[in-house]
Amino acid sequence: MAKSGTNFFIKDMIGRPGVSSADRFFRATVLTGALSVLVITCVIAFELVRNSVLPIKKFGWSFLWGTTWDPIAEVFGGLPFLYGTLVSSILALLIAVPVGLGVAIFLSELAPRRASDPIAFLVELLAAVPSVIYGLVGIFVFVPWVRNFIEPALSGTLGFLPLFRGAPYGVGMLTAGLVLAMMVVPFIVSVSREILMAVPRSQREAILSLGATRWEMVRVAVLPYARSGIMGSIFLALARALGETMAVTMVIGNRPEIRLSLFEPGYTMAAVIANEFTEATGDLYLQALIEIGLVLFAVTILVNALARLMIHSVFTKVEVRE
Amino acid sequence: MKKLIIAGLLVLGLVGPAMADSMLINGAGATFPYPVYSKWFDEYAKIHPDIHINYQSIGSGGGIRQASEMTVDFGATDGPMNDEQIKNAKVKLLHFPTVMGAVVPTYNIPGVTTELKFTPGALAGIFLGKITKWNDPEIAKANAGVTLPDQSIAVVHRSDGSGTTFIWVDFLSKISPEWKEKVGVGTSVNWPVGLGGKGNEGVAGLVKQTPYSIGYVELIYAVQNKIDFGLVQNSAGKFIKASLESVTAAAAGAAKAMPADFRISLTNAPGEMSYPIASFTWLLIPEKIDDPKKGKAIVGFLKWMLKDGQGMAPALEYAPLPKEVVAMEEKALGQIRY
Repeated sequence: MAKSGTNFFIKDMIGRPGVSSADRFFRATVLTGALSVLVITCVIAFELVRNSVLPIKKFGWSFLWGTTWDPIAEVFGGLPFLYGTLVSSILALLIAVPVGLGVAIFLSELAPRRASDPIAFLVELLAAVPSVIYGLVGIFVFVPWVRNFIEPALSGTLGFLPLFRGAPYGVGMLTAGLVLAMMVVPFIVSVSREILMAVPRSQREAILSLGATRWEMVRVAVLPYARSGIMGSIFLALARALGETMAVTMVIGNRPEIRLSLFEPGYTMAAVIANEFTEATGDLYLQALIEIGLVLFAVTILVNALARLMIHSVFTKVEVRE
Repeated sequence: MKKLIIAGLLVLGLVGPAMADSMLINGAGATFPYPVYSKWFDEYAKIHPDIHINYQSIGSGGGIRQASEMTVDFGATDGPMNDEQIKNAKVKLLHFPTVMGAVVPTYNIPGVTTELKFTPGALAGIFLGKITKWNDPEIAKANAGVTLPDQSIAVVHRSDGSGTTFIWVDFLSKISPEWKEKVGVGTSVNWPVGLGGKGNEGVAGLVKQTPYSIGYVELIYAVQNKIDFGLVQNSAGKFIKASLESVTAAAAGAAKAMPADFRISLTNAPGEMSYPIASFTWLLIPEKIDDPKKGKAIVGFLKWMLKDGQGMAPALEYAPLPKEVVAMEEKALGQIRY
């Protein structure tokens, strides 16, 4: 259907003298652009694999569950980094999703237009702040604050959980999660707000006319309609959190160990590459770092594929309801 | 507007050949000596306007790799190349020490304002995770009269691969067999304990932020940022505070045992006044330079660096080479063929 439509369009364009060459040029240009995305992705994957042959041969799959990272003895295992990346990102989403959604709902449904637009503008500004700035805020504001207030409070009340035990350093997984949450909230707010605003007025008016409260309106009429878009915003946020380097390495403590407690320092894949790449002298060491990059690449693709699947399934459901 | 563009193109056209006439020498490597190197290249270009030296401070690892692959004309490193690296390089690289640096222990103990003294055993114990309290007898015995708190020690180290780490762990492995066996020496190691901070500023920041912590930073960084640091006991049993003089003394102490290829570690160097955690930083020069003009220019720069360049180092807080080492290097310049 779509294909014949395109053909008709092209025939129509070619039929007119003088336009055809420009049209062909345009077509070739956009096609090259589209193909280059595919080519770049493939080249990245190929180069990552090609440059991590040594550790792949030496460690095989055990690279994924090895927990020792010793550049001197040349024993490399990536699990602590994989764990740190996933835990810090999930922690960030646990904090950022409720906050971000709340702000988005407030801005689109409750706040008067006069307040909503400037706040939305500020939120978008926050999304453009370079990550090293967030890292500095993390070191100078979050770290002392987490050490002196948050961690003592958490271990005082929820200390029976192994998640909240240990010495309060201030730097560690918890702080990394908080800084990441601060960084991804603007993404969630700005995308979700646009989506919520796109929900037709008729949806809202219909449910309000049935006597629904504002909360019921949001819950029953607005959120289900916007679900796929909101999911998209969350996955965008997750992708940013997974790949974030600078801000995380400044506050996470950079210790390649797997500890249950969120107070303990950890390490992420992006951070170890940034930290150790410049001084990695041995071939195996350098290639092990590149293999960490390969794992990060694979995790990002997996997460995105998962996002596509979820959005797809949710989206079709909504269409059926309509 | 059009005229302006044409004029601009003309200028570019004129400058282009002029640039091509002058010689461009590319180097890459260590970040630690970057301030003094850029000063040297700058000053040298003033005397020799036809020679431009372009240096990228990409790290010692990158410097060794690029010099070995011959993608740059010379490399620079904070840690000497090991035998395997020398064997694998496409060209034989000669080491030339340029200046010296030192690494100092910095700490944050609320209530303690006096300068602490550290025995080698105390530093190794702390960084191995064996000494966990500040009032441990190994620390207390060297600091009579200081009330040390009964608090856990938070250890801070570099998270990024670094020549600073190399010097620090090189010292620890010389004075502690356990460190040598368990951890070893390198620009990044598998630390038994501690938090990682990125760069000198990261370590200094974490130490400042974390009560009862200890870390290590470059002497230059500590001096420029007015960070207090402790004294370290040297091989003669004296507690020495790091300074340009005590670092140069370490080099002079080690010069007697200097190997012909200058690959020597200055840590725990002999001498009453030697600061024990010091190191040379090296330029890596190919033994055979294909372009004779380039070879002449590089050797000319090295000669100038050993004479006039050394005088500029102390102003930037780098310890200059002792004269014995300068004399040895001037002789070694003859090995470069071009």
